[in-house]
Amino acid sequence: MNPKLTRRRFIKGVIASGAAATSTTIWYTANGQSRPAGAVERMIRININGQMRNVDVAPQETLASTLRYKLGLTGTKLGCNRGECGACTVLVNDIPSYACSVLTHSVKNMRVESVEGLESANGDLHPVQQAFVDELSPQCGYCTPGQVMSAVGLLRSNPNPTREEARQGMAGNICRCGSYDSYLNGVMRAAQIG
Amino acid sequence: MAYMHIGKDFVPPDVPGKVTGRIKYAEDYARDGMVYARLLTSPVPHGRVVNIDASEALAMEGVFGILTADDVYPDGEPQSPGLKVLTNEPTLMGEPILAVAAVDEKTAENAIAAIELTIERLPFVLDPLDSLEEGGANAYNGGNTFIFRQGFAEEKWTSDQVESFRSGNEPTAEAQQSWEYGDLEAGFAASDFVHETTFSTAGYPHMSMEPRSAMAYWENGKCFLHGTSQSLSAIAEPMAAIVGVPLEDFVFINEATGGGFGQRARAGSIPSMAIPAKLSLKINRPVMMRVSREEEFTIGGARQGLQGWIKVGFKSDGTMAAMDMYCVSDNGGKGGGGDANSAAAGVSALYQTEAMRFRNTSIGTNTGHRGAQRGPGENQIMAVVAPILDKAAEELGLDRLAIRKLNAAQNGDVSGPRSTPFTSAYMPEALQQGADQFDWEGKKGRSRQTNGSKVRGLGIGQGYHNAGRSGMDGIVRLMPNGRLQVHNGIGNLGTYSYASTSRAAAEVLKMDWENCDVVTGRTDRHLPITSPQDGSNSIFTNTRTCFGAAQDLLAKMKEIAAMDLGGETADYDVDGTRVHQIADNTVGMTYAEVAQRGIELGGKFSGESDLPEELNTLTTLSVSRLAGSALMGIYHDPRHSDNPPGFTVTYTEIELDKETGKFEILDMVTIAECGTVVHPQGLANQLRGGAVWGIGLSVLERHLYDPQNGLPASSGYWQSKIPTYLDTPAEIGTGWVDLPDPENPVGARGIGEPAMGAVSAALNAAISDALGGHLFDTSPVTTDMIINHIAGVSEEAKPLAQNNFRG
Repeated sequence: MNPKLTRRRFIKGVIASGAAATSTTIWYTANGQSRPAGAVERMIRININGQMRNVDVAPQETLASTLRYKLGLTGTKLGCNRGECGACTVLVNDIPSYACSVLTHSVKNMRVESVEGLESANGDLHPVQQAFVDELSPQCGYCTPGQVMSAVGLLRSNPNPTREEARQGMAGNICRCGSYDSYLNGVMRAAQIG
Repeated sequence: MAYMHIGKDFVPPDVPGKVTGRIKYAEDYARDGMVYARLLTSPVPHGRVVNIDASEALAMEGVFGILTADDVYPDGEPQSPGLKVLTNEPTLMGEPILAVAAVDEKTAENAIAAIELTIERLPFVLDPLDSLEEGGANAYNGGNTFIFRQGFAEEKWTSDQVESFRSGNEPTAEAQQSWEYGDLEAGFAASDFVHETTFSTAGYPHMSMEPRSAMAYWENGKCFLHGTSQSLSAIAEPMAAIVGVPLEDFVFINEATGGGFGQRARAGSIPSMAIPAKLSLKINRPVMMRVSREEEFTIGGARQGLQGWIKVGFKSDGTMAAMDMYCVSDNGGKGGGGDANSAAAGVSALYQTEAMRFRNTSIGTNTGHRGAQRGPGENQIMAVVAPILDKAAEELGLDRLAIRKLNAAQNGDVSGPRSTPFTSAYMPEALQQGADQFDWEGKKGRSRQTNGSKVRGLGIGQGYHNAGRSGMDGIVRLMPNGRLQVHNGIGNLGTYSYASTSRAAAEVLKMDWENCDVVTGRTDRHLPITSPQDGSNSIFTNTRTCFGAAQDLLAKMKEIAAMDLGGETADYDVDGTRVHQIADNTVGMTYAEVAQRGIELGGKFSGESDLPEELNTLTTLSVSRLAGSALMGIYHDPRHSDNPPGFTVTYTEIELDKETGKFEILDMVTIAECGTVVHPQGLANQLRGGAVWGIGLSVLERHLYDPQNGLPASSGYWQSKIPTYLDTPAEIGTGWVDLPDPENPVGARGIGEPAMGAVSAALNAAISDALGGHLFDTSPVTTDMIINHIAGVSEEAKPLAQNNFRG
């Protein structure tokens, strides 16, 4: 979890924007078209996967909603929409962060990376993605993009983790299929080939 | 036997899409003009809708329409248990009452807030024993239980009967369901160790990662439904019926499913997918219905909880001579499930109990919808029985492994009330292989060793599930370009069996996997009927159908070659690219040429005539739409009678801290006995994933409800905590016996569910071992229970509690 983007800060941000601070309300209002009171600029530019994108963002809109429903980047999954499962993990300035618990307005001066941004221009998979394929890490696959992003973030900060360090580093991502062991195999393989 | 594909790893075609995020789940789709549905759900655990005033909501800008139970069931709601699409008679908190479609979700939510719902609050109940007791509330409007072919009924015990059961005694009331075999009385008389106890196992939600969101639209009279399921083809016909559209006008699209675990196997367990379909028809727009985590909890199903009494007798040599089991099953608010029966049959299969009696009564509660969840019944009971087996070994002076080998199922054995033979069984071999891989002999001396506040515990667990079906169909096509297309209707849940079973067809035709395509993902790609991907059956069932369809194709290839090139069909063989004469392999045809010739010949060769008898409805429809497009192999798999078992064995060592009640799993090894291994990586994943699920069952997962208002307190991942990276071992050892089953053409059987049961059994046995053989007779065994036991505080205050804290 991004220490700079804590749940406390998220909630403070929501309150500051005038929206009720409950996850369910955020879920439904994030896609609303009505204009809330206040003078928050809605049309903003954010750096997504190395590209500056113009997007109309409501003050209380989460990054997950912006990515999925405004920018069509549906690789970022919503499993719980309340900071419990990690399926929506993206990198914000290289730090794994729950996109369901980050306000889009709070990252407009930061670098956001989603799973769609990992492949190279020639279509080669990122080493983490390739290692996950080789180890058959995914099962149902719904948590996989989040697992990929957590692993990428982990290896950027710690390129040669021990298995225990990898286990701790990945602990913010739930997998209901129970593929943890296979994901850890993937992380360790990626560290070797990365 | 040497295979090209069976037993070899490969990259299933959907894996790159999963690591890149490209593969689409239902909620990832969008259509022009799409609007959004939101649900108004029941605010009470049991009620009756008196009036719905939606006039203000429907007048709001951006609101397109409403769907109520009266729209779905114009002739009245079915008077049966099971989830309904929408209801005016909710029997659990959060059950969908109506849906509103609007331009966006916020508008839909605002519209729902403007609806005046008048609902009569009815008495509710959370624990089956509270409902069974005289004067206790009934979960359903017609009673507290449902009798097959009779309807709702009321089942009541006297207060004394309930109290006696709660006090640990054998229930005296007549059970709804029973079976027995052998001489029970003689079995107990011959026993040198008899253990008798009450037990309880918790219900808990499936919690698939993907909520069951769905999107639907209609074009030219056809309904297109993007949904989530454990089977593309098995769900098509019943789902079309729920939507109310002919099968030929229904297209179900489901490239990937974000977890099923039993609750997405049948249309009846996911009827909510019909809401966007029916709303879309009503308002003539595509409708997306996103389902939240809380809603997924409510309509996403749960494992049945069991409250039971069990008596087990062992002879002096360790033979399990007799078992008597009486269960009260929690059927929840939309009742259903056969967990108790499966539990008893599972014990019979796994331990070859010489005499057995099973009794069960199923009672509804106003809690989560119950249905099949990974190893329903077998996996709960194994966690209760394994520590009892260890107690018997200790009392009789036997080795814990030896007593399991003595009672283990092997070739020629039978199980269950009908004494059904196994297709094959190698449990003694699995036990020994696990012992060797784990080093049981070397480690068993560490049992109960202490180091300061920490104590070691070792456990052996065994798992079982019936793991194979028949009666399904197969379709393969050899295309004019020489490629093989294997049509496969298994759901894509992440077991990868949709692909691995297809490789049985490639095996028959000796084709490189690169020249084969798996056709799946949506029903308008014309799929054969398959059994739902549940019950650990897919590997057994669908290797049979794919193999059979490829055999039919192979016979047609040889017939065409003999027809055009001379000789008899027996004179020909295939090499993966050509059908050729055995005596002179220069005489032959390429696969592309024989496919083209099949199309020219038509008739049986291209699926236009001479179809197999008893082909299922969906398969017949699919073949009719594919006819003439390729040289086709079509197969109906005949029924087989015996029981193909999936067996597992788990060995584990834990270190339990007596100061905190917490423990660490130091080592864990699971061995599969599932016939010939089809896909080693996929099998290893099932074993590891099953282990994680087993840990959840043993020590973590349970329903919690507020007893005052019936509010669910475990609707998220945190409250009904599923295991995380930190609750599971960093490495889980796996292995397999790999001996072929004679009733499968490639020797394979399934394994998904027993992979969990062995772990829950081993872990509870290890906890019991660490605590000097103490039997909790329950699952989950929580940290509180462990620490209370160590502290000498009785955890038996409410030993049979369901849907709430134990004690």
